[in-house]
Amino acid sequence: MPDKMGDKTRLEEAHSHKVSWNQAEALQIIAQYASLKGGLMEALHGLQYFFGYIPAESYALLAAGFNLSEAEVYGVKSFYHDFTAAPKGRHVIQVCQAEACQSRGSRALTRHVQNQLGITLGQTSPDGHFTLEAVYCLGNCAVSPNITFDGRLHGRVSADHMDHLLKKVAL
Amino acid sequence: MLADKDRIFTNLYGYQSWQLGAAKKRGDWDNTKDIIEKGVDWIVNEMKSSGLRGRGGAGFPTGLKWSFMPRESDGRPHYLVVNADEGEPGTCKDREIMRHDPHKLLEGCLVAGFGMRAEAAYIYIRGEFVHEADVLDAAIEEAYAAGLIGENACGTGYKFDIYVHRGAGAYICGEETALIESIEGKKGQPRLKPPFPANVGLYGCPTTVNNVESIAVAPTILRRGGAWFAGLGRENNTGTKLFCISGHVNKPCNVEEEMGIPLKELIEKHAGGVRGGWDNLLAIIPGGSSVHMLPKDICDTVLMDFDSLRAEGSGLGTAAVIVMDKSTDIIRAIARLAAFYHHESCGQCTPCREGTGWMSRIMARMVTGEAELDEIDLLLDVTKKIEGHTICALGDAAAWPIQGLFRHFRPEVERRILAYKKSRNAA
Repeated sequence: MPDKMGDKTRLEEAHSHKVSWNQAEALQIIAQYASLKGGLMEALHGLQYFFGYIPAESYALLAAGFNLSEAEVYGVKSFYHDFTAAPKGRHVIQVCQAEACQSRGSRALTRHVQNQLGITLGQTSPDGHFTLEAVYCLGNCAVSPNITFDGRLHGRVSADHMDHLLKKVAL
Repeated sequence: MLADKDRIFTNLYGYQSWQLGAAKKRGDWDNTKDIIEKGVDWIVNEMKSSGLRGRGGAGFPTGLKWSFMPRESDGRPHYLVVNADEGEPGTCKDREIMRHDPHKLLEGCLVAGFGMRAEAAYIYIRGEFVHEADVLDAAIEEAYAAGLIGENACGTGYKFDIYVHRGAGAYICGEETALIESIEGKKGQPRLKPPFPANVGLYGCPTTVNNVESIAVAPTILRRGGAWFAGLGRENNTGTKLFCISGHVNKPCNVEEEMGIPLKELIEKHAGGVRGGWDNLLAIIPGGSSVHMLPKDICDTVLMDFDSLRAEGSGLGTAAVIVMDKSTDIIRAIARLAAFYHHESCGQCTPCREGTGWMSRIMARMVTGEAELDEIDLLLDVTKKIEGHTICALGDAAAWPIQGLFRHFRPEVERRILAYKKSRNAA
């Protein structure tokens, strides 16, 4: 079967460090999916994963790689919530705001983490250390409230548990 | 009540492993070669005779849908697309299948794909389902390694590939043509039909889009025979169905039951009853957020299947039963849904793009009562102008919950508006 994730460890390495714009890397990610039918979404997933956002510099490269106009690339990128235009913080926290988590205290948890970080949902802290996001259902309702911390899913998150997670990556 | 021997999803709760060895013990991939060798016509006829109606919400007969695929290829390949973009609020059945029983889905892909002469299946999975996508990927790898799919699937000489495609956080991609657009790497905006996907679908080739549950039940139906499946449930609403019961019940759960089970029995038997007793019930949304809600007096007697719910002006949808007891602020609940549809409208058709915003804003004021009585009719007029005037069903889905609210709870809204006026006059 085709290896869709490509060189997974290299990507994971980059993901954990949040690299800055690098044209050679971007071209390599795009080339990996350029031959795939409908590969644009996969390439965007790859870039988002590698850089933590979709750098504006990559639009022209994507357009050339997939034989599209830059406007079409931008259209696709901006249509999906998962693709972001600005760099995120070094650590990304998503707190579920969907029904099941709300009924088990995700609103209180959201308030708690907002107070701890001094930012609201959708913001990145001024020092670029944390990004706080809303997410709607991670499919883990039985052990709500749920969060993802740097892409890892955590269930039954209490305020104490959240503080513990925050402390582990504190500056 | 459904007997254990008639259950299809025997690992729904994940008490056993999802992996190939355990799946085989549960009966998956058992002599799949035999099914395939019976031929395309046999498969489609058996699906037709089972009476299976699509489990994604619209309830279109699955066998009939498969039979729309061209009989002879005109040189273009055929594709099967599985809709795993389970985003309908309240619905949580497909994720359990993918998490705990992925091989049922994969085997279903193979037999369904063969039944429509497809050369590959694309499973479009919601971006938020990270773990489920990982499980699917691993299960596909197992199936390739065991020779169940690939060059010589199950030793039949038939070549069949399965790909997983991840979504990126757009509810509208659950609409079949939007989903096709998204797999092609474009914005997930629905296409105008016709041409229908069976003629011009994925990459311009004949395509059938099916829900995860519809595909996952196919191997069991073909193994046990369409007549077995047709013997469960009621006429024209046959078989078993996964119900997702959430909200104000004592034990929210997913459960496989016979179609046509009374709603009250479903909730009392499997979900531990309504919080505070059945008399504490206010209303139930029986099929995911997009259908009309039912007040208690209808819930007392209604049967859970496509035709009974349609007769009550609602629908089975995805069978996501959302229970609301008397503590619910029903206006706020519907306003929340209106905000959701406003957020998720793809912006292609004007009535939906603009109308969902209007509805959401008017509903937000109705929650506090900060509205005029005339605005109720204005709002209903807006819903009527959206309904049926858009390319896809998102417009309808946004209009129906609001229509349902005013059909059954209009006096409640009026009371709130008048109470607000009174408090303002007093102040």
